[in-house]
Amino acid sequence: MYRYDDFDRKFLEERVAQYRDQVRRRLAGQLSEDEFRSLRLMNGLYLQLHAYMLRISIPYGTLSSAQLRGLAYVARRWDKGYGHFTTRQNIQYHWIRLEDTPDILAHLATVQLHGIQTSGNSFRNITTDPFAGAAADEIEDPRPYGEIVRQWSALHPEFSFLPRKFKIVLNAAPDDRAAVKIHDLGLNLRRDAKGELGFEVLVGGGLGRTPILAQTVRDFIPRRDVLAYITACLRVYNQYGRRDNLFKSRIKILVQSLGIEKYRQEVEAEFAAMGAERDELDLPDAVVAAMQAQFAPPAYPDARGDEAELSRALAAEPDFARWVKYNVKPHKAAGHAIVVVSLKQPGRITGDCSASQMELLAELADKLSFGEIRITHDQNMVLPHVRKAALYDLWLRLGAAELATSNISLASDIICCPGMDYCSLATARSIPISQALATNLAKREEEIGPLQIKISGCINACGHHHVGHIGILGLEKNGAESYQITVGGSDNAQAALGGIVGPAVAAHEVTATVDRLIDTYLRLRHAGEQFPDTYRRVGLAPFKEALYVAR
Amino acid sequence: MVDSVFKLVTGNRLRDGTVIYFAGAGIWTPTIAEARLVEERDGAALLADAQAGSPPHPAVAPTLIEATRDGERVVPVTLRERIRAGGPTIAHSGG
Repeated sequence: MYRYDDFDRKFLEERVAQYRDQVRRRLAGQLSEDEFRSLRLMNGLYLQLHAYMLRISIPYGTLSSAQLRGLAYVARRWDKGYGHFTTRQNIQYHWIRLEDTPDILAHLATVQLHGIQTSGNSFRNITTDPFAGAAADEIEDPRPYGEIVRQWSALHPEFSFLPRKFKIVLNAAPDDRAAVKIHDLGLNLRRDAKGELGFEVLVGGGLGRTPILAQTVRDFIPRRDVLAYITACLRVYNQYGRRDNLFKSRIKILVQSLGIEKYRQEVEAEFAAMGAERDELDLPDAVVAAMQAQFAPPAYPDARGDEAELSRALAAEPDFARWVKYNVKPHKAAGHAIVVVSLKQPGRITGDCSASQMELLAELADKLSFGEIRITHDQNMVLPHVRKAALYDLWLRLGAAELATSNISLASDIICCPGMDYCSLATARSIPISQALATNLAKREEEIGPLQIKISGCINACGHHHVGHIGILGLEKNGAESYQITVGGSDNAQAALGGIVGPAVAAHEVTATVDRLIDTYLRLRHAGEQFPDTYRRVGLAPFKEALYVAR
Repeated sequence: MVDSVFKLVTGNRLRDGTVIYFAGAGIWTPTIAEARLVEERDGAALLADAQAGSPPHPAVAPTLIEATRDGERVVPVTLRERIRAGGPTIAHSGG
C-alpha cells in the first residue's frame, strides 16, 4: 500500500490546522454559512437532514487494518457507532457534530485518511477493481496507477475550477468489476500487439439526470503518455464544458453534444500541441516501478496443500460450501482466495458497518489477509489475500458478527443509497424498499441466480439504478413516494442502461412488482443466461406486459 | 374536515447539526411541539424574526415549512420534514 511521505504528512497536518481555525471562526460568528459552506465541503463535511455528514475518501477502495481501526474509532467516539460505505468506495458518517470535526480529521490524518475532494467540482476519489492486486484475471495491479493519477489530480491547479465534479476509474481485468463506463473518465489497462502496457481511455460516462455510458476516445495510449493524454482530455473539458447550467456541466454532456469524433479531434490536437509539456508529464518506467514497489504483493506462503483441507470442510458443512460458492473468488496466488464480506444481511442496512464489525475485520485482516481490506462499489468489503485453509475459521468468525451472509451478486446483495432517511437531496426513501426486497427475495435467490438490484432515492443515482438488472428510482409524486422501475441495465464490460417498464408504483407495490419481473425473467430465460442476456434477447415488451396484465 | 395548515421555521443547529425549530423570542428548540406556529400570512414575518440576531446565529439555513396540528402534536406536511422531525424511519446500525 502507498505510505505517505513527509510532504504528504505535513500537507495534511497543515490542512487540518487551517480547517480547525475555519471551524473556530464559524462557531464564533466570524464566518457566515455562505462563507463557510465551501470550506467545510472542501474537507468532506455536508449538512444533511438530521446532522452533519462527513465523507472520507478511501483511495481506490484500499484500506490497511490500521486505517479501518481509525474509521472504527471515529464511528464509536464521534458518531452513533457505525459508518456507511458508499458506491464510490468511500465511507460516510451520518451523525457528525461540526464542533468535533477538527478532532476527527486530525485523528484520521494519523492513519493517512482525509475528506479532501469528496465534494465540489473537483477530482473525486479514484476508484478501481476491489480485487486489484489479488485477482487471478488481472493484467497487473491497477493501484500503482491509481496512486499516480491521484497524485497528479490532487489539488491540480489548472483543474481547480472544473465545470463540475470528475470521477476517474481504473480497471486492469477483462471482467470489469469497477463499472468503468459510468465514470467521467475510465482507464482500462491493456497490452498492445507488441506486449507493451498502456491504457484504453474512455470518457463521458455518468448516471444522474442524463445517464450516458462512456465511449472510447483512444484505444491505446502507451503507459508513459497517460498523464499527458488525460491532461489533454481534461483541458478540452475545462475549456468547453458548460458552467452556465448545472444539469449540463458534466463531461458526458460535452461529449454528447460535440460527438465523440469531434471531442477526440480536440483532445488529439491538444495532446499533439503539448510539446515540452509532454516531457514534464512523462511517466517513465522508473517512476512506475517505484510506485509498484509500494504495492508489492505480500510474501504468500506455499499454500498448495490448502486445497485438500478446504475440500474436507466443503464436504462437511453445506452452509460453508454455499458461502464459498458465492463469496469466495479466485486469487492469483496458489492456495489463496479473495473473500467478499457481505454488508447485506437481509433486513439490515446496505453498506452500514458497525465499529465492532470494523474492528473485527481489521483483526481478521491482520491475521489472515496481510493487513489489507478493500471496499467495493457494491457496498461490500473484501479480505483480498486469504489462505484457503483459513477460510472455514474465517467463515465462523464472520458469522458470529453477522458478516457471513452468502449472497454476493444474488438478489439480496442490493446496492442502495441512504435515501430520504438521511440525504437532503433525496425525493423518496430507499433503505426500507431495499430491506423489504432483500427479505422477500432471499428465500429464492439461489434459484434466481445472479441478479443485481440497485436503488436510488433520487435522480442523482448514487444507487446506480440505471445499470441495475432491476433498477429502482424513488420519486416524489403529489406528495407521496413513488418508484420508477427499469430492467436490463448492467455495469460490467457489456454495460447497458435499463429500460422503464411502466408507470411508477407506490412503495407498498414495489415488492410485488419486482416479483413479477423476476417471474417473467425465470419463465423466459434460456439455460446459462443471466438477466441482461435474457433482456437483450427478448426486449422490454414481456416485462411491460407482465406488469400491465397484473394491473 | 381539512386541517388548518400553519407555518413554522426550522433549521439545523450550527454546532452539531441537530434539527431545531424556532419558538419565538430568539429561542430555538429541538422539540417541534414547542415551535411557534403562525398563519400563512404571517410566515414571512416569522422567518424574518427567526433570522434576526447577531452572529453566530444558532441555526443554519432557517427555512419556513408547513405543518398541521393533531391535538398537541405538530405534524409537518411533507414526508421529508416528518422524517427530519422524527428521525430516520429505520433502525441504526450502531454497536
